[in-house]
Formats: sequence, C-alpha cells, structure tokens
Amino acid sequence: MATLARKDAYADFPVKKVSLYFITLGFIALSIGTLFGPFQALNYANLNLYPWLQKILPFVKSYYQGLTLHGVLNAIVFTQLFAQGALLYLQSKEMKMLPQMGVAWAAWWLAFVGLVLAAIPLLLDDATVLYTFYPPLKGHPLFYIGAALIIVSSLVSVYLSVELWHRWKKQNPNKPTPLVSYMSVATWMMWGVAAIGLVIEAVVLLIPWSLGLLKGVDPLLSRTLFWWTGHPIVYFWLLPAYVVWYGILPKRTGGKLISDPLARLVFLAFLIFSSPVGFHHQFADPGIDPFWKLVHTVLTMMVAVPSLVTAFTIAASLELGARAAGGRGMLGWIKKLNWKDPIVLASTLGAIAFIAGGAGGIVNASFTLDYVVHNTTWIPGHFHLPVATAVTLTHMGLAAVLIPHLTGKPLVGLRYFRAGVVLWFTGMMLMAIGMHTMGLLGVPRRAWISNIAPNLEGIYSSSAIWMVLNGIAGTILLIAATPIFYVLFATLLQGRRLAPEERPELEFTEAISGPEGRRSVMVMDRLYFWWATALVIVLVVYMPTLIRIWSTFVSAPGYRLW
Amino acid sequence: MDKHVIEAYERGWMYFSLLMILVFLVFIGYTLSGYAFYVPDAARRIDPTTVRTGGFPQPHVEEVAPGKYQAYVIGQAFTWLPSEMHFKVGDEVTFFVTSPDVQHGFYVHGTNINVQVIPGEVAKVKTKFKKPGEYLIICNEYCGIGHQNMIGRIVVEE
Repeated sequence: MATLARKDAYADFPVKKVSLYFITLGFIALSIGTLFGPFQALNYANLNLYPWLQKILPFVKSYYQGLTLHGVLNAIVFTQLFAQGALLYLQSKEMKMLPQMGVAWAAWWLAFVGLVLAAIPLLLDDATVLYTFYPPLKGHPLFYIGAALIIVSSLVSVYLSVELWHRWKKQNPNKPTPLVSYMSVATWMMWGVAAIGLVIEAVVLLIPWSLGLLKGVDPLLSRTLFWWTGHPIVYFWLLPAYVVWYGILPKRTGGKLISDPLARLVFLAFLIFSSPVGFHHQFADPGIDPFWKLVHTVLTMMVAVPSLVTAFTIAASLELGARAAGGRGMLGWIKKLNWKDPIVLASTLGAIAFIAGGAGGIVNASFTLDYVVHNTTWIPGHFHLPVATAVTLTHMGLAAVLIPHLTGKPLVGLRYFRAGVVLWFTGMMLMAIGMHTMGLLGVPRRAWISNIAPNLEGIYSSSAIWMVLNGIAGTILLIAATPIFYVLFATLLQGRRLAPEERPELEFTEAISGPEGRRSVMVMDRLYFWWATALVIVLVVYMPTLIRIWSTFVSAPGYRLW
Repeated sequence: MDKHVIEAYERGWMYFSLLMILVFLVFIGYTLSGYAFYVPDAARRIDPTTVRTGGFPQPHVEEVAPGKYQAYVIGQAFTWLPSEMHFKVGDEVTFFVTSPDVQHGFYVHGTNINVQVIPGEVAKVKTKFKKPGEYLIICNEYCGIGHQNMIGRIVVEE
C-alpha cells in the first residue's frame, strides 16, 4: 500500500477531481435533506417531533420548513449534482477525452454559489415555499436567484456533454457514439429542452417579482412553466440511474446487454417524449383545455414504454450473468447474482422498487383516475419509489465504487454499507405502502397533520394502521441512512490511498448484439436532429396553452403565509 | 440461452407493453366520454385582488332549478367560505371555486372532486351526491403555516 502525494492523485485524468467535487457536494446536500425525512414520516404517524427538533436545531421553525429543505436538497440539488459529476466522468472515461476543464469547474462553482445563496433563506425560514415554490407564495429573492444559478450550472453541463461528444464525432467520423456516452448526451439534451420552462419561470417571472420589479405573477402561467420542467426533471433524475443499470450493472455480475441498439432506442425515446407531458401534473387545474390534457396523457403513456423495455432488458442481462455463474431454476438464479457488490445490491433493489413506482406512475398519468389521488399522500408515496429508492439507491451504490475509483481511497466498511442499503430499501417500501394507502383514504400530502387544531383531531383516524407503518418506516430509514452516509464520508475523509494498480476499476457492460454496421444506430446517432425534434414537439404541445394564458396575464400579488 | 430466443422474447414484451398502454388509453377515453363530469373546467379568469370586493359573488349556495344548485366557494388562508354547505341526496351541485390569496386544493373527501384552486382562475366542477353523510373539504395544496387546519364541511341529508 503506497501513499501518493495529494496533488498528484488526479493528475492522470483531471476530470476525476471535478466529478468527485460534484458528487461530494451532492451527498452533503442529501445527508442534510435526509435528516428531515424521518420527522416527516413521523408527522404522518401523528407524532409531532418538531418542538423537540427545534431544541437541537433552533433554526427549524416548522414541518413545512423541514419539508422544503428535504425536497430542495434531495430531489433538486442531490440528483442534479450527482448527474453532473457521474455522467461527466463516465462519458469522458468512455471517450478517453477530457471535457473543457475550466468550464466544468465553472459549472461546479455556479452550483456551489447557487446552493449557498438558496440555503440562506431556506435555513432562515424565509423561503418556506416547498420545492414546487408555487406563486403567489413568495419566498426571499435569494432563494430564486440561488435556484436559478443551480439550473444555469446544469445547462453548462449540457454544453460540456454535447461539446465533448461533438469533438469526439469530429475525431471519429462514421463511428457510432459509444453506448454510455450516447446515453449521457441524450440525457443532457433532454434536460436542455426540459429546463426551458423553469428557466423562463425563474428569470422572467419569479426573480423580478421577488425583487419587487414586477407587481404580480400569473399563478397558472407559473405552474404551467414549472411543470414543463417538473415532469421531465423526473427523467433527468432517473436517466443517470438507467445509465448505471445499462452501462455498469450487468458487467458487475457477469452479465451482458442483449442489444446495444435497443438501449439507444430507449434513450432516444426519452429524449423525444420526456418533455411534452407536464399537463399530467395539472389534471386538476382549471384553465387548461381538456384536449391538451389528453394529448399530454397519451405522450406520458408513451414514455412508459421505454421504461417497460428497460425492466425486461435489465432483468434479462442480470439473468444471463447469474446463469453463467451457475444459477439454475425459474427464479433460483437470483441467488447467483453478485449481491456482495454494492452496485449490484443497491441498483437491483432500486430497480425492483421502480417496478412498483412505474405502475403507480401510470395511475397518476391516467387523466380521469388522477382525481382519486391528486395531492394526497399517494403522490409522495409514489415518487419515493422511483426517486428516493431507485435513483438514490443506484447513486449510493455507484458512489461506493466510484469514490474509491476516483480517489484511490479504499471503501471503509462495505458490510455496514450493504446493511444500510437493505434497510433503506425496506424502509422505503414500507413507507410507500403506508402513504399510498393513506392517499386512497384521502389524507392530503404536505400537511402538518400531527399539529392539527384540537377541534379537527381524529379526522384521519381511518388511516391509523397505515400511520403506524409510516412511523416504523421513518425510523428504519433513519437507521438505514446512518451507515450509508458514514461509509461514504469516512471513505472520502481518510488519508489512505491505494497504489494506482490496486485501485478498483470501473468497466462498462458489453452487448451481445453490438452497434457495428447497423443503419438504425447511425440514424439514432444523429442526435442534433433528434434534439431539434424534441424541441419542436414540446413547443407544439405547450405554445397554444402558454400563449392563451400569457395573453390574459393575471397579476397576483405575493404572500408570505408561513 | 440462445440470443435469438431472448431477442424474440424482448420483441414480444415490447408489443405487449404497447398493447397494454393502448388498452389503458382506451379506458381513459371511455371514462372521459362517459361519466367523468368531475374533470374541472375554467369558468373564467379573474383578478384575484377583486375576489373579496365584488369581482366574485359572496360565498353562498343557490338553487337554480329543483334539485340543481350552484355553490360559490372561496378558499382563503386558512378557511373555506362557506365553511359548511347542506345538500340532499341526489342533488346536482356545480361548484365555482376561487382564491383571493395563494393556491389551495378543493378536495371533497370520499369523492372525485379534487380541484386546484388557483388565484386568477374560477374553477368549475360538478357532482351529484349519492350517499348521505358528512363530507370534509380538505385543502390539499400547501398554503401556509395553517394549511393542515383548512377543513370545510358538506352535509348531505336523506
């Protein structure tokens, strides 16, 4: 075991360092955001621990402030930073080329400054507007400015990925883009189209309004712009996990992808169909024509297809690996998966949760069915499966390999990490059962029900059993988070580094049917064309509604009601 | 397993997925054409600063024809106005709902009435109460520190 001088650690491939900074900042945000989760679960167990929490963390004023921190840090900040770090590194590694390093660091600093600026009003209870920040609830300007900087940072990452791909194509004419890079570029291009709505909302409406330059904002217009980004953002969270499932997971358990072109088709479908779907979050909104709601419903259903294909393909490639390792029987092969590997364990459990999450998602997207569950606890019960389980576990699993791979520091306490992952999965599944059922029983989401007025006590008593389940799940999750964050941060903070030849390698999955000589692959490789197509479709399905609302702009003054 | 066999399964699964999605869409189309009268509509846009000063009717319920009612509802932090409404089983009620301040959620517990109340919009939604009992109107959009207490009542009598 040799110890290398600190400054040399990343000299062989400097993108390692900037990726590590993104990922580490992401996990710092996640560890803070996660802390509030169990208190929210206990709120839905009718236990109000906020007065007690306030004694330890005096800045926490309410459930709603904790919920805002939880949503912003976990769902928006962590997911984005992890994608920025992991995808940049994986694409650079596969292409064996460096991205524009100065620009990459600028992206990190933008995100860091944005996070600090947004954190100030969040921690001071001056932006308790939840992570959807629907106006006319009005937060402190720093919150919107910080959030905008974080989004701008993500757009710089779009540039970095596309520019790197563009350069690679110039140097490798007539060659298909390597698979993981193709997935990375398609993801970032998708996000480039998706982010437009939020950018307009923040820059044209919310920032000038919060600074007092604009007297009022149109709440429906803001909602519509928000959900332009707000649904595809879910795919922006999810696709980096898909990159791991396709590009890395099978390799780590001896499996192979069946078809490289099909994997490309899945990502191409996400590039085209992810964005024109936002109205399925607005089925309950007056002021949007049911015709356009139906159009978005059809397109949302279309996005389910690449996920269904993914479920098949990933399961098949895992089975191939397990059978090659001697697995037998209809389901007996599952025992032969390489469960000791953190990526295999965390990603596979995450993918299992995603099956349930996807099924629930189809319910939410089913126009006339959505009214049964809209804004009930069904909704957070639902998205904790794809986001807090599938995506977060996959990212944690990847981090357990990627951090040692990038830094050369050996992973500390793999056993604790694995135990944490299994507990996290268990806790999330139990919580999902509890929250889905409570939602069907009519309990509203985002409500401080453990602090309800005395005359209203007992109105949710039909959910009592499921509330107990929530309390148990929240406690399990608190226990689960401890070893996971301990292992990741202890690994990062240790002084020990392995010699270069001892460092864990990170290899990409091979495919049985490769991309070579396929006409379809070359057509799919024309990513600028598909990017433009995606933009045109989203404009077609949004412009009639946006123009109509904007032309009758309603000016609603802001309120601070927390 | 032979690669061609897996690829055949894969294709089969893809067709099955597409077919399943199509069946779901047919169901959605059927409910839309048939009985999904609870899908909210916009009556009109409104300047939210005028809701309390004459731009919107005073919160009340009126009978427009025998057994047919119109209810004008204001959701505001943190109450519903009227805070209690009375109907009889079989009454057909059209709700007009708006907000003078921030967004709220007009969710009538135990029904499919679930409408986003957005300042600037007058939402219109229809229902027929089939069972007697007390229905809670639960605000299901975060509207501030007292959001959890924003509960109204609809009483449906035999």
